[in-house]
Amino acid sequence: MRNPQLNRNGGLQHLLTIDGLPPEILTAILDTAAPFTEVAEREVKKLPLLRGKSVFNLFFESSTRTRTTFEIAAKRLSADVINLNISTSSTSKGETLLDTVDNLSAMQADMFVVRHASSGAPFLIAQHLAAMGLEHIHVINAGDGRHAHPTQGLLDMYTIRHYKQSFANLVVAIVGDVLHSRVARSQIHALIALGVPEVRVIGPKTLIPTDVDKLGVRVFHDMRAGLRDVDVVMMLRLQNERMQGALLPSPQEFFKYYGLTADKLECARPDAIVMHPGPMNRGVEIDSAVADGPHAVILPQVTFGIAVRMAVMSMLAGG
Amino acid sequence: MLPDAERLCGALAESLRPGLPPDTALVGIHTGGVWVAERLHAALGLKTPLGRLDVSFYRDDFSRSGLHPQIKSSDIPFEVNDRPIIIVDDVLYTGRTIRAAMNEIFDYGRPARVDLAVLIDRGGRELPICPRWTAQALQVEPGRNLQLERGEAGILTLRLIDA
Repeated sequence: MRNPQLNRNGGLQHLLTIDGLPPEILTAILDTAAPFTEVAEREVKKLPLLRGKSVFNLFFESSTRTRTTFEIAAKRLSADVINLNISTSSTSKGETLLDTVDNLSAMQADMFVVRHASSGAPFLIAQHLAAMGLEHIHVINAGDGRHAHPTQGLLDMYTIRHYKQSFANLVVAIVGDVLHSRVARSQIHALIALGVPEVRVIGPKTLIPTDVDKLGVRVFHDMRAGLRDVDVVMMLRLQNERMQGALLPSPQEFFKYYGLTADKLECARPDAIVMHPGPMNRGVEIDSAVADGPHAVILPQVTFGIAVRMAVMSMLAGG
Repeated sequence: MLPDAERLCGALAESLRPGLPPDTALVGIHTGGVWVAERLHAALGLKTPLGRLDVSFYRDDFSRSGLHPQIKSSDIPFEVNDRPIIIVDDVLYTGRTIRAAMNEIFDYGRPARVDLAVLIDRGGRELPICPRWTAQALQVEPGRNLQLERGEAGILTLRLIDA
């Protein structure tokens, strides 16, 4: 069976997950994103690539940063952007996901950017579009359940490559709530596909999925040991809204053992960079002194995210 | 026998020189046009730094053929508003690249005027575009590409290849 994310020519048809994408495609996305960063410095911050195309932002789960950066990316490519706030629309009146998709397809949609609390929802939409013969419509996963958040993973890779030039000799640590994190899954798949020799995950036993080592990562429950000599620290947000049951004693205790402080960061390499996908819980997973400190590249991540999303959208539309 | 590209660059520089406004900016189109623009910039001793454009984002065949895999960043390191600009390219053919370049330049500002200088005009225009300076006109059969190449020593040469 053909990879559902690729078209007949091996180009990108949908972006649903990083898992299973050839490394050449990942590298092509990062390479394509680079010239888009320059557009932000122009008087007219617009390129004509998606002129006349309609991009529908389908957010079944709330998000500010991701939805906004997708919106900016699409608008800088001259697309028409339609934001659907689903919690106040038809789904709450009982319409199914695929009926919503059919209706929007009938409105000549060219691209769906989908965020959904259920893992696999964007895949279901892509499959449905193929079954309906609507292969000109592309789907971008903007985060589905605990499964994947591929554009976040890609913008993180772009950020790492920007500061470290190459992936070849890096030690990268992902810290915190890996269990609930679709971001962590996308990061791990991307780091390994791009050839990072050592990927570590750090967190309490209750927040690290069992079998995560089968993805090729090293697991640490002691943060200082895990941060020893790392080049890149990727913090995760503690996902309070996804917690069920007593996985954690308290946020304060989490901060004591797994919060990134200047003191713990000293275990990493002196030129280590600190990343966070946002929104940050200051004083829970990261100390303000680190979040605003010289190692943090958290705001550049947001800026690079626009260029990476522009690259993905143009590769889909031009494929 | 194809003409000597280095000699053509020299001749093009000399034809540009008379009456060139001192605040003129050259903008080369990636990749061959940038090489020619570098030659002209040095020969004319221009003070405004050289601009470079990759017109991939402005091409009119994007929806048919997608993005070129290796796009370079455009770099316009000067104020475009009210400045005379000369677009420089190696081989002028359909004129579609020049159309794309003009659109891109106007996203940086409103230049005082825009001119076009090319090393070779091979005819076959599909748009109403005419260069102000041409080093040499040359007939090339359709289906063949005339390309500027840069050798290891940095020497520019022209080559004909099958498209």
